[in-house]
Amino acid sequence: MHGPSSSAPARALKPETLAQAPVIIARYPQRRSATMPLLHLVQEDRGHITQEDMHWVAEQVGVAPMQVLEVVTFYPMFRQAAIGRRHVRVCRTLSCALRGSYALMEGLEKALSCPRGETSPDGDFTLEFVECIADCGCGPVVHVDGAMHENVQAEDAEKFAAKLKATLKDPSYGQHPPVPGTPEWNG
Amino acid sequence: MPAVERPVIYANLRKPGYTVDLDCYLKHGGYEALRKAVAMKPEEVCKEVELSGLRGRGGAGFPTGMKWKFLDRESGKPVYLVVNADESEPGTYKDRQIIYKDPHQMLEGVAITAWAIQAKQAFIYIRGEFIHGAKLLEAAIAEAKAKGFLGQNILGSGYSCDVIVHRGAGSYVCGEETGLIESLEGKRGYPRIKPPYFPAVLGLYNCPTIVNNAETLAQVKHVLALGGAEFAKIGVPGDSGTHIWCVSGLVKRPGLYEIEAGKATFGELLYDFCGGPLDGRKFKAIIPGGSSTKILKFGERFKGKLPGGTEFDWALEDIPLDSNSIAACGTGLGTGGTIVMDDSVEMIQALSNLNAFYAHETCGQCTPCREGSLWLSRVSGRIAKGGARESDVPLLLDIANQVAGRTICAHGEAVAWPVQSAVPKFKDEYLESIRLRQSGEPVPKLKLI
Repeated sequence: MHGPSSSAPARALKPETLAQAPVIIARYPQRRSATMPLLHLVQEDRGHITQEDMHWVAEQVGVAPMQVLEVVTFYPMFRQAAIGRRHVRVCRTLSCALRGSYALMEGLEKALSCPRGETSPDGDFTLEFVECIADCGCGPVVHVDGAMHENVQAEDAEKFAAKLKATLKDPSYGQHPPVPGTPEWNG
Repeated sequence: MPAVERPVIYANLRKPGYTVDLDCYLKHGGYEALRKAVAMKPEEVCKEVELSGLRGRGGAGFPTGMKWKFLDRESGKPVYLVVNADESEPGTYKDRQIIYKDPHQMLEGVAITAWAIQAKQAFIYIRGEFIHGAKLLEAAIAEAKAKGFLGQNILGSGYSCDVIVHRGAGSYVCGEETGLIESLEGKRGYPRIKPPYFPAVLGLYNCPTIVNNAETLAQVKHVLALGGAEFAKIGVPGDSGTHIWCVSGLVKRPGLYEIEAGKATFGELLYDFCGGPLDGRKFKAIIPGGSSTKILKFGERFKGKLPGGTEFDWALEDIPLDSNSIAACGTGLGTGGTIVMDDSVEMIQALSNLNAFYAHETCGQCTPCREGSLWLSRVSGRIAKGGARESDVPLLLDIANQVAGRTICAHGEAVAWPVQSAVPKFKDEYLESIRLRQSGEPVPKLKLI
């Protein structure tokens, strides 16, 4: 198997990740069905999926490692390389584009000093265009980590970027359970 | 009389103070329809759904009762129910509301359907991006199991059905039922060829499987609550129940509008419900039912015969909002995801935006779709960005004609239809877009690609 490799050896998966695997596998009539849930689990643990992880998943579900790699490379949400501290995904598809998502993207590229499709040099942000995320009436929408931000206007790109930067200094970021009526509810 | 909404699916979730927990759902009459269903024989439940005339809400509009009839009940293999909650057709955002705001409504439909088809195991395949939605569903399933609405011995009937929430990972083609099944089996979402892989015969793990859209299952709950014959009275013959219109793009009030089938027109939807075009703008075109449906242009006349033989002569604004009327105008109701474009939109950019989507989402199995979607994206892209020749306009049509009907799944049609419908209607504008770029004149400001 090949793919982006990092210079430092990856840390081991957390014990709770390892403990959850058999529970997930047991839910399914056939073990192989647990491939995607296990990949999600690994990615939540590490932030991305390494070769060793794919070997581990393959062993768990009883397939060849290549069959796990095939899955990882097919689905846009799975990634083999590390991303920034905040993962910013701007919807590109027509409904959001009609509401200005291209201009918004240009604004965010400047405000976050990060070209689309890349991670900023300081490692703070990964900025991407993604395809339709099913919130078309509230465009442009931006999915940041688990949370959906609706009606983010291009002219507010700087303000929005400042808000995202502020979360970098918030130790409780991402730890709150979703609350109805807040953006995270829609994530 | 002005057209009004008729919320059925959204009736409760729009109420102030309505919450996702089981207590709230039970206070609003929750799981009563399931109680009714398990007191009936499974085949009687199927009969009610058939009688209701309910059509699937995932885009194809196939009659739900008939789909269930195709189920191979004699195979001796386990039967599976799979909920398609992979909402990913551009312009569509109706299922998200049900999942995030009224998950038990869908789960009740799951339990009823599972009973009807005698499935002991159901799967909810949900978009990978609906992270909290998946957690909400899992919490709702746990609540329902604790009270005997799902899981072991449902409502004391001796019948058991477990439900698993399975997250996708961002692939559009997994919304196609056989691609979804492959994905659920832990593989790439490559759609399967039919025959032999009709899910009702050879579905998940090669067992008989029913795949229904998330909203369809919520509708099933109401079919049982009302009874099939009563449900069939909502809407028009051939299309019963309500449709949730997901309006997006350039209108004053984009949003979700639940309307009885056939009881309003596109004109009423766009002007009365959505408040008309933005100030100073004029409507130009709509994509009526999700990005794969064929585009309609304002100013066109639609003439022909309805399935019943009635002749019609409509402007876009006059088209009634039911599947048969919309199909008679050469397009489809699809998922009800209406994308609205006005006179600020350069149509080649809009087309190019969608072509880029389909090129990104093709699974790559079938050559015409894999190559065709990429070529369409490149050719429309060079018209939109500069570097095109006039012959690129007919070339678009030529490529699209070589994709439709030549692929394993309907992604081929989804690639071709936007092009096949838009090129004849906007050919002159495309040529003008080429000329503007060749002569270095200013191009429209709104960037879509």
